[in-house]
Amino acid sequence: MISIANASKHYKGAPKPALNNVSLEVEKGDFVFLVGASGSGKSSLMRLMLREDVPTKGSVHVLGENLVGIPSRRVPFFRRRLGVVFQDFRLLPNKTVAQNVAFSLEVIGKSQGFIQESVPDVLRLVGLEGKADRLPSELSGGEQQRVALARAIVNKPALLLADEPTGNLDPATSLDIMSLIERINASGTTVIMATHDQSIVNRLRKRVVELRDGEIVRDEIGGSY
Amino acid sequence: MKLVFSEVAQGLRRNLSMVISVILVTFLSLTFVGTASLLQMQIGQMKNYWYDRAQVAVYMCSDVSAADSCPQGKASPDLLERVKEKLESPTLSVYIDEYYFEDQQQAYKTFQDQFEGNAVAQYVTADQLNETFWVKLVDSTKSQIITESFTGVAGVEEVRDQRSYLDQIFSILNAASIAAIGIAVLMLFSAALLISTTIRLSAFSRRRELGIMRLVGASNFYIQLPFILEGVFASTVGSIFAGLAVLGIVQFFVQGYLAQSLPFTSFVGLTEGLIVFPILIGVGIVLAAFASGLAIRRYLRI
Ligand SMILES: Nc1ncnc2c1ncn2[C@@H]1O[C@H](COP(=O)(O)OP(=O)(O)OP(=O)(O)O)[C@@H](O)[C@H]1O
Ligand SMILES: [Mg+2]
Repeated sequence: MISIANASKHYKGAPKPALNNVSLEVEKGDFVFLVGASGSGKSSLMRLMLREDVPTKGSVHVLGENLVGIPSRRVPFFRRRLGVVFQDFRLLPNKTVAQNVAFSLEVIGKSQGFIQESVPDVLRLVGLEGKADRLPSELSGGEQQRVALARAIVNKPALLLADEPTGNLDPATSLDIMSLIERINASGTTVIMATHDQSIVNRLRKRVVELRDGEIVRDEIGGSY
Repeated sequence: MKLVFSEVAQGLRRNLSMVISVILVTFLSLTFVGTASLLQMQIGQMKNYWYDRAQVAVYMCSDVSAADSCPQGKASPDLLERVKEKLESPTLSVYIDEYYFEDQQQAYKTFQDQFEGNAVAQYVTADQLNETFWVKLVDSTKSQIITESFTGVAGVEEVRDQRSYLDQIFSILNAASIAAIGIAVLMLFSAALLISTTIRLSAFSRRRELGIMRLVGASNFYIQLPFILEGVFASTVGSIFAGLAVLGIVQFFVQGYLAQSLPFTSFVGLTEGLIVFPILIGVGIVLAAFASGLAIRRYLRI
């Protein structure tokens, strides 16, 4: 599913590498927490898996694609096979909830029939059935993150990458979002989630990968923060 | 596809003032290009017309000819006959379409007609003018044959190809049209820069959508298409205006004014205008597609 071998990332002009000789294997269906202090390289590692960046050294394979050698015209097709959510939701402010989810299907060329069928389904799945016609500004942070999750999973991706999805949410709302992500994982989707939230990591007891100064210092099944 | 067009419409509305300036700049620059190419066509047409009628003049010595080219004074009938024989000789006559001899009385009459009302007409007398053999060649570019055969021949003062006068006029016109094309190219360049700036602005104002589109895996083509169409749309409108302006110039200025005031010259008409029209549109579209494609590709690079 994911195979990263001796990957390093050295940003131009930075004094030391953001990632240093990182190796990581993730199997299908796994749930992995990426933890570590601010600046330890969590987002940088996520960006490599999303092919937003290429490593300076080493190799990255995700969903059977070699992300170092992949030609740039194939990158969009690779991204269609995974879902992504971020701390800042990244919704379109002038589109409704349903339109936000539909937009991501339209731009990859799905038929109107498919869109009309799958958007209500996925909104029900994330618990937003009554709010399809609201604008993001009329939703709470937790509800906005649900829209983002709906958008990420509407294509039934094999892999969900979440970079601090609860970073902007209060503890109670974070729990709601986490139970949703657990459900998504339970249905077979592999989940990689970067987080600072100790209580979530400690409660779920999943695999924990800890980064420090760009190096993996711990990889523990059923670990805590 | 429906989505692409609504994106284009949205982009155009959002940057209305930039779109209008793109339309204006492409309109101006392509009008310039169109006018310059019409001028080129006009020069070509005039060249054809006048070179065809250009003759070579073999001026015979007269009483007032300078002594170094005419040491024996006015050409005698005998010398005139020798020149005539040479023109009719098999070696030369194959190059000559026709020739005629103009004596001093005819030359005087032509001179008086040409300079009618001019003070110089009063002072010139017939015996000051040259007797002349006017030679019209089969191929007017081969005037050298005549020049070489008659220069330095006894009784011949000078051999002169009329094309040499025409060449001067045409080289001035040519320089003017090349300058116009140079300016047109500069203007096209600034149009291209303006288009790419507009597209980059448009991309900037839509960076949220662009980020999300890339995230969910929209293809590069799909992402870039609305921007390229936006640029192409604006510049197509500009080039249609330019094409219409060029047709208007041809119809109302060239045919309606110039052709009336200079009736003996053939001018470019709607036929040439209709050749230029699609070229302008083509240039406008290609330029915009290229400029906006390059701009958006550079903006979206990672
Ligand atoms: N585009 C970039 N150019 C230069 N340096 C960068 C860039 N992105 C990140 N870095 C540097 O790389 C290091 C790792 O950053 P990264 O964003 O991966 O950390 P993080 O673990 O996600 O932190 P946080 O928990 O605050 O999100 C930091 O030192 C950061 O300054
Ligand atoms: Mg981060």
